[in-house]
Amino acid sequence: MRHLRAAAAITLAVSVVAGVTGCGGGTSSDGGSNESPKTLTYWASNQGPSIEADKKILTPELKKFEKETGIKVKLEVVPWADLLNRILAATTSGQGPDVLNIGNTWSASLQSTGALLPWDDENFEAIGGRDRFIDSAVASAGKEGEPPAAVPLYSLSYALYYNKKMFADAGITAPPATWDQLVEDGRKLSKDGKWGLGAEGSNLSNNIHQTFVLGQQHGADFFDEQGKADFTSDGAVAAVKQYVDFMAKDKIIAPGNAEYAQNQSLTDFAKGRTAMVLWQAAATTFAAQGMKPEDWGVAPVPVPAGAPGAGKQTNSMVAGINMAVFRNTRNIDGAKKFVKFMTSDAEQKILCKTYGSIPPVKAAQSDPAFAAPELKVLRDTLATSAAPLPQVPNESQFETAVGTAVKELFADAAAGSPVTTESVKARLEKAQQTMQG
Amino acid sequence: MTATVTTDPGTGKPARGTTRGSGGARRGIPRIPDRIRRGGLPYLLLLPAVLLELLIHLIPMVVGIVMSFRQLTQFFIGNWGAAPWTGLENYEIAVDFDAPIGEALLHSFFVTCVFTFFAVGLAWLFGVTAAIMLQESFRGRGFLRTLFLVPYALPVYAAVITWAFMFQRDNGLVNHVLHDQLGITDQPSFWLIGDNSIYALIVVSVWKGWPFAFLMLMAALQNIPRELYEAAAIEGAGVWQQIRRITMPSLRLVNQVLVLVLFLWTFNDFNTPYVLFGKAAPAGADLISIHIYQSSFVTWNFGTGSAMSVLLLLFLLVVTAVYLFLTSRGRKGSHA
Repeated sequence: MRHLRAAAAITLAVSVVAGVTGCGGGTSSDGGSNESPKTLTYWASNQGPSIEADKKILTPELKKFEKETGIKVKLEVVPWADLLNRILAATTSGQGPDVLNIGNTWSASLQSTGALLPWDDENFEAIGGRDRFIDSAVASAGKEGEPPAAVPLYSLSYALYYNKKMFADAGITAPPATWDQLVEDGRKLSKDGKWGLGAEGSNLSNNIHQTFVLGQQHGADFFDEQGKADFTSDGAVAAVKQYVDFMAKDKIIAPGNAEYAQNQSLTDFAKGRTAMVLWQAAATTFAAQGMKPEDWGVAPVPVPAGAPGAGKQTNSMVAGINMAVFRNTRNIDGAKKFVKFMTSDAEQKILCKTYGSIPPVKAAQSDPAFAAPELKVLRDTLATSAAPLPQVPNESQFETAVGTAVKELFADAAAGSPVTTESVKARLEKAQQTMQG
Repeated sequence: MTATVTTDPGTGKPARGTTRGSGGARRGIPRIPDRIRRGGLPYLLLLPAVLLELLIHLIPMVVGIVMSFRQLTQFFIGNWGAAPWTGLENYEIAVDFDAPIGEALLHSFFVTCVFTFFAVGLAWLFGVTAAIMLQESFRGRGFLRTLFLVPYALPVYAAVITWAFMFQRDNGLVNHVLHDQLGITDQPSFWLIGDNSIYALIVVSVWKGWPFAFLMLMAALQNIPRELYEAAAIEGAGVWQQIRRITMPSLRLVNQVLVLVLFLWTFNDFNTPYVLFGKAAPAGADLISIHIYQSSFVTWNFGTGSAMSVLLLLFLLVVTAVYLFLTSRGRKGSHA
């Protein structure tokens, strides 16, 4: 009886523990086929205010495609928090959708898994040629020198959004063009419970987007030419310190922002609690929060000095969404037709207008809708002063490792602990050491 | 299932008669030795459970163990077969405590031990206290019993996300009470980042875990004969003495299992820290389950992640085995 009970307890223990080790398995076949030419499954990323809104926006377009080609598209809108894990699971099991959206910063990482269809010249021809797309957008779709793993679908860039009334009340006449001006303005604005700048200190990706651009301005790339992590260069340390110092030293970011990760900084901005945010295509969110379009203005993200441009004058990452095809799709021709449809001039105009993004397709940009003040800033930035995040296989590790380091530094700053060049360097060194391969 | 039920009387019949075995042979049923016939039924009934157990738990575990010996990085997840075998390399990385990855794992292990100690201890203490308090019948006892079980019945995600909102620094209920109303802290504290995060984690874990302890112990208390307490009271034993001399020894067997189960659940808990802190838990609350998740899913290195999981599995098995050995020896001693 005693042995039986012990055995039962051990079985229980094993099964409780098993949850940790358990992981599904499987292998994927390579190369697509045309076994099921009448249907496609499509994972769309969440671009609109909600999943439901996305379904409403995309369904009529998919119906159009069905009418044109007779191919029925089964749509699933996947929230951002789940998308990468879902893609990884699909890659591992070989049970994925035919067509899917990916964040463009994941391109090189996903490319290295070999699960996505490479867009060589032949495949690009099938959708109208590579020349239809803007170069910087194609550059953010995979490793340099290899056929891209995806096709640009929506492009975005960062801009500085500011509250016109708060600026006027503080006697500031024009938005800041350099970081020194931003800090100066920020100090004027940070009083009586209101703050100059908003940040998402616990959002790892956002931390990366911001520090990457500052890194470019300090001449740091975070990866060397062989694609090896290089997080502790003087430029990288200075960039991270500059960003955290907005809270630690300049005191223009509220300490509470250190724990923001769910776009609370946009809510603060829309409610008039902070005067500036650095964000990509925020108009729809502001509107959803009840802020009127005439209450906010938009300007290029500041640079150290002079005007935005290439190299050290970079002031945004090339942000955006790419569209990829799973290599083992059972409707390869249909999948390419669908990508062609979604990147056609007409669809690009409709979708980008709705989502407030910039079409990566050159011909679609001529539409007057993309000349509105906000989109003009985003478009100019993309065209002249945006750089893609490092297109290296371990980009996603970089986002986690350095994003976490910045999050911890913000936590230090918020708690009043000093943030020094040494402490920044130590955190980045730790981040670099956890990078494998 | 039906087959087992219908053959059962058939096998039972000839056993009763004098012509053993021939009855079965006459009806054309192949002869099955008695030993197997009598002993086989329980195993047959267990078969579906065993098969499912294999399918759901053991096979994935074996796959996980196999993964831990391969270099299963992002370059190979599309085709596992091509991942190179690395022998013990993943384990060497995980237990090299001088290098950053091993050091971080060790730190996470200590954090988890401290967390588990307090979370299980407090959950047990609350459970046993409430169970004893609710032993006497009084008005509203049923209501309180139900109320206490609510945290256990709530979906984990919904419950923990509510806690995450309450722990927010600027708009959270916790700071509103501690800082704004009671004025205990000089300035609003951070609970979800920095060093306080371990307290937040323990609070949520205890809140979520103690109703289970309460439920188990309440059931166990029902089995203690009231006469024992009456006799003790007549002999002049006070409440504390009754608890110490009657209640606790009677609860011993239940406690042994309860603490083990709570320990395993808490040590392995993934949902609570993941919902509270997201992908990157603060260093002070970096529980091992989240740490392993980050080492495999976020860095896409499933080989190292699996190796860490296997180490965790071994650790928990050893703890469980030692625990069961010690407690069963203690029990034998008490019988003697």
